[in-house]
Amino acid sequence: MKAGHRLKLDEISIVLDGKTLLEVDVEIAPGEVFTVMGPSGSGKSTLLAYLAGFLAPAFQASGQALLDGRDISCLPAEQRGIGLLFQDPLLFPHLSVAGNLRFGIPRASPHKAGRIEAALAQVGLAGFGPRDPATLSGGQKARVALMRLLLSEPRAVLLDEPFSKLDRQLRHDMRRLVFDRLREAGLPSLLVTHDREDAEEAGGRVIELTH
Amino acid sequence: MLRFAPPLIMALLVGPILAGLVMAVLPAFGYLPALGGHAFSLDPWRQLFGQPGLARSVGVSFASGLVTTALSLAVVLLFLAGVSGSRLDRWIRRMVAPLLSVPHAAAAFGLAFLIAPSGLLARLVSPELSGWERPPDVQIVQDPWGISLMAGLIIKEIPFLLLMCLAALPQLDPERRVAMARSLGYRPTTAWLKVVAPSLYPLIRLPVFAVIAYATSVVDVALILGPTLPPTLAVSILTWFNDPNLSQRFVASAGAVLQLGVTASALIAWWCLERLAARLGRRWLDRGERGRSERPLRLAGKGLILLATLTAFVGIAGLALNSVAGFWRFPDALPQGITAVHWLRALPTLSGPVASTVLIATAATLVALALTLAALENEQRTGRQPAQGRLLSALGLLYLPLIVPQIAFLFGLVVMMESLGIRPTHALVIFGHLLFVLPYVFLSLSESYRLFDARWSQLALSLGASRNGTFWRVRLPMLLAPMLTAAAVGLAVSIGQYLPTQLLGAGRVPTVTTEAVSLAAGGNRRVIGVWAMVQASLPLVGFIIAVGLPRLLWSNRRGMRGSP
Repeated sequence: MKAGHRLKLDEISIVLDGKTLLEVDVEIAPGEVFTVMGPSGSGKSTLLAYLAGFLAPAFQASGQALLDGRDISCLPAEQRGIGLLFQDPLLFPHLSVAGNLRFGIPRASPHKAGRIEAALAQVGLAGFGPRDPATLSGGQKARVALMRLLLSEPRAVLLDEPFSKLDRQLRHDMRRLVFDRLREAGLPSLLVTHDREDAEEAGGRVIELTH
Repeated sequence: MLRFAPPLIMALLVGPILAGLVMAVLPAFGYLPALGGHAFSLDPWRQLFGQPGLARSVGVSFASGLVTTALSLAVVLLFLAGVSGSRLDRWIRRMVAPLLSVPHAAAAFGLAFLIAPSGLLARLVSPELSGWERPPDVQIVQDPWGISLMAGLIIKEIPFLLLMCLAALPQLDPERRVAMARSLGYRPTTAWLKVVAPSLYPLIRLPVFAVIAYATSVVDVALILGPTLPPTLAVSILTWFNDPNLSQRFVASAGAVLQLGVTASALIAWWCLERLAARLGRRWLDRGERGRSERPLRLAGKGLILLATLTAFVGIAGLALNSVAGFWRFPDALPQGITAVHWLRALPTLSGPVASTVLIATAATLVALALTLAALENEQRTGRQPAQGRLLSALGLLYLPLIVPQIAFLFGLVVMMESLGIRPTHALVIFGHLLFVLPYVFLSLSESYRLFDARWSQLALSLGASRNGTFWRVRLPMLLAPMLTAAAVGLAVSIGQYLPTQLLGAGRVPTVTTEAVSLAAGGNRRVIGVWAMVQASLPLVGFIIAVGLPRLLWSNRRGMRGSP
């Protein structure tokens, strides 16, 4: 998995009603977590929506998002190879823990069951496969969500304030876990947050959006 | 493919109604070549106005529309204004919901069995209190003023309006509004009426219009509880339409156009009442009265809704009792014995209509559900939610089949099918039911579909699932409960349909509803009891499945309980 992907945001600007919300021009290296900071309403979630392919029609965007040199900004969301981690773990409530992990694994992959079990063991959740996700603790859910993301073999990752709903102690542990895993997998990642500690622990470059 | 769903729905709803109306208007002015009407004339109208008792028919239809709606709405609003979250309030709410699934005809039979001179009420007070040794010779059911008809409609419209209000209320945040007004010194019930009701009414206006239209033109309830000499306008039209003398069809057409006018006038009258109420209400608001003694208001709200609900339930119990009653002399409150003989005797004749009912209801509901899901999924994928202004018009079209009187356009639709040479079949009846099932299925599902957290599907897509995969593997299972509820509503609507079945099936597609209503004239209470019980319990099966299946499927998925 250490292929090392590159995400280049080439002079991206997003406009709403004739007003420029934000402009970004950056190349994120394999394993780097690039942080976009800003208060709510600064357009940082809009940037994520644009990169992931969910930009509401009211916005206009220009520029290119190049993933490994390929322009993805015109691809449908499911073909972009971009994984998402939200504020909430969002484990599908109708599937088991294993079902959630299986959901993300590309269809043709062999040994699905073995990979699921290994993934759970890696984050200290061995044997949790058949469990109902609603019975897990907050930290356990967050770990399952992370492994689901990684098993889906994305080529870049977007993080939308993924630690903001965890309590202090847990937040620190989760940051370590998430950033280490992303680095290990060589994934270029874009983190949006308003928490300075997130940015510090991410250890990559930071830009701040104002207004 | 999905792109075609919204225009298809619109065409399905609007097309038949327009065609039906045209085919009612043409014969009304003498033009119907198939029956020898080649030239336009006013003869049908002359004949129509020559019908004995027409003015009275029109009067009762018009009045029952306004009275039914005004009383039902008043009771619902009073109840909601006085709701304090007590156990009684919650109990009332829980009791009212299942009433919605009871078909109008069954509720009407229940009421008839309750209030008739030889009904349960008379038996309870006889002979000790009333001194009646035999049923008193008064006309209570089918009274010439249509009072029992209105009562029968009110007990069914109260649950409908209440559920419509309960669905609309959360977006108004009534608790905070009332708390705000109370901090300014308003008493709770007054506060609700002053700060919640004015914002609630616009949200339930279309359902209110639907109630007016329904009550002015209903046929099945009027056949059971309505006056007979003369009957209501809608029933008269049906009689003329079914007259063996085919030239009466012209009169029936003119009657259908008149019915359209009566319903429209009732709606206009209501609109004037709205204006008046708004003006008076504004003054009442401006005067700033905080409300002193509210107990009477609150008690009235609770008492009246309780009365209506209990009446409906005791009525249904009366149906059940009648269906198993042995020998039952007049003043006796209970029959002397219980017997299964009425059920056993009815069983062989039940199976055909029950099968037809289930087939028609299932087919209409599945088609409606598929169209609704396609339209809603299209909305999600294009990211175009109907804008505020357009939502109104799109919603307005959905309500069209509920606001144009059934008898006015169905009847023209039949004329058109006949002239196209389309024979009455189950398929035609299913098509007719779809007109009424589709709006209800759409209305009951659209809210949960649109409120469904968009992040779930974004997440699924980012995990590599296709759009179709996301629909089948995420949205559909997670929305299973509201979908089954919408389906149960659709089934209940279809099962209760009388006129579309009767007209489009040309009387040759018997369902439990057409059979039960046709028994009304015979007056054999035991047989009516059996059929009405079957009619009332079929929709219930749907709701039991809708509630039970998700619980069974998600029994070890805590996150799916009380799901979105």
